[in-house]
Amino acid sequence: MSVLQVAPKPDSREITSWGARFDGPTTVACVIVVVFTLAAVFAPVIAPYDPTQVDPSAVYQGPSVAHLLGTDNTGRDILSRLLHGARSSLLGPAIVVLIAAVVGTVIAVSAAWIGGRFDAFVSRALDVIFAFPGLILAIVAVAVIGPGLLAPAAALSISYIPYIARVLRTAAIRQRNLPYIAALEVQGFGAVAICVRHLVPNLLPLLIVQATVSYGYALLDLSAISFLGLGTQPPTPEWGLMVANGQSSIIAGHVEQSLYAGLTILVAVVAFNVLGQGLAKAFMGDDR
Amino acid sequence: MTTLGVASVVIYGAMFIVPGDPATLLVGGSKPNPEALAAVRRQFHLDDPFWQSYLRWLSGAVRGDFGVSLVYRSPVSDLIASRALTTILLVAYAAIVIVIAGVGLGVLAAWKEKRAGVVITMATTVMMGAPTFVMAVIFVAVFATGLGWFPVFGAGSGLTDRLWHLTLPAFALAFSWIAYVAQVTRAAVRDEIRSEHVDTAHARGVPERLILRRHVLRNASGPILTVSGLTVAGLFAGTAVAEQAFGINGIGALLVESAAKQDLAIVQAISLVLVAAFVVVNMLVDLCNALLDPRAAGRAAR
Repeated sequence: MSVLQVAPKPDSREITSWGARFDGPTTVACVIVVVFTLAAVFAPVIAPYDPTQVDPSAVYQGPSVAHLLGTDNTGRDILSRLLHGARSSLLGPAIVVLIAAVVGTVIAVSAAWIGGRFDAFVSRALDVIFAFPGLILAIVAVAVIGPGLLAPAAALSISYIPYIARVLRTAAIRQRNLPYIAALEVQGFGAVAICVRHLVPNLLPLLIVQATVSYGYALLDLSAISFLGLGTQPPTPEWGLMVANGQSSIIAGHVEQSLYAGLTILVAVVAFNVLGQGLAKAFMGDDR
Repeated sequence: MTTLGVASVVIYGAMFIVPGDPATLLVGGSKPNPEALAAVRRQFHLDDPFWQSYLRWLSGAVRGDFGVSLVYRSPVSDLIASRALTTILLVAYAAIVIVIAGVGLGVLAAWKEKRAGVVITMATTVMMGAPTFVMAVIFVAVFATGLGWFPVFGAGSGLTDRLWHLTLPAFALAFSWIAYVAQVTRAAVRDEIRSEHVDTAHARGVPERLILRRHVLRNASGPILTVSGLTVAGLFAGTAVAEQAFGINGIGALLVESAAKQDLAIVQAISLVLVAAFVVVNMLVDLCNALLDPRAAGRAAR
């Protein structure tokens, strides 16, 4: 997590040239992320079959022209299920990261701006949330609210706030002490105006990096919860759920469903990680 | 300690935030009759103010009394105690694997940067994205049903048989954490290798191995220990996934099962136990850090 320690350069002109500075792995990761997102959006158009269509006559088929990745234990087309699964698998982490990013930014910037006791309280609160395992919070939420995408996503968005707020707070304090903020204050701009128009835009590269890396881990956590049967419920296709669903078939030698779904999760998580690190490099010149 | 206090309030208070009667939640999702609900309310003291019932629960919890599960109809502490050993064994096994493999790979990547560094960095980047349950599926397919080296499910009986049963789960659980520890180790060791005192040692003609052991590893041990501790503490949360994936009857599997059945008494108890384990491991790490590096003592004593 070397990403966590770096701060952005205040010079925002650096950002304009980022396209030229993407290295090979980052470009590949970026392409994967775009392809997965398109797959989620256009799943109904490109999927060759209905993802919930059961076909008893086509159980456990190997890869063929009709079924490119084969079929599962009830004859459902695995490729179609992966494509449709991208929708709930990618939407969940997006909700988590969006909430965590908005709340985290507000907390970080106000703590950095107000400082003093409030800042100390916020830092302590973030430490406490950070020490509370997200997976356990999500399971408690499921026990109280009930299984589904909503409860774990809400719980995880709380757990992910420190990942964003801690880094942003440090960077915001650094920015707060720079002359341009003092200059704006002297000109009579209000605190909110300075934060929204000047401070937050300068934190944006860092926020994007943290959000990208967090997205990968949120995807991992949410698919684990679905795997446990506590997240998205069948028959909705979801990657973690597909891994769990295919588990019983492995003993019979049919690894396809679990394997393809598992590899899809792996590729997605790694792509977001690499993309996050690449963005950090491009934005901040982090060579580690 | 603050963490544990806040955690206990959150874990217990969760059932009061959602709309509806906590008593219906405690009964476990089934449709209860009014008398049963009243009995539950009396048993869990739900008619008392929140702080009173919370303190009653907490003082019970401290003494190891978590009440009675309404689904299993037996004391929660008995249910946990009968499964605890398996979980502790699994976490310890995974922790040993993580520390040995993670630190080993990290040191190797930093020390032989030209030859091994790039490969290990690439491998760990991929490994970090591999969730426990995906590795579980792959391990079962390859080593259990494919090669037949290991059993597919269960925890076994007797120590050696148990360890043999827990090998695949432990490695699946350890997998992504190995990569994390390796990356942090590599960064810490590399920083030390590039420092001036190492150059000086080279110039004095100190043998490579001695430099690595006395000058590099000694100094790099702080961050490595901190991250290893965090990792091991995190295993207590991750064990739920490994146990569920391999059908091991441990605390984590009980937690998942109870969450699905909305058996709150168990979920509250196990969550508290796991968070407590998490906090205790972190405290131990701070303690070790203080012993290793007295300068860190001031930072650790919060």
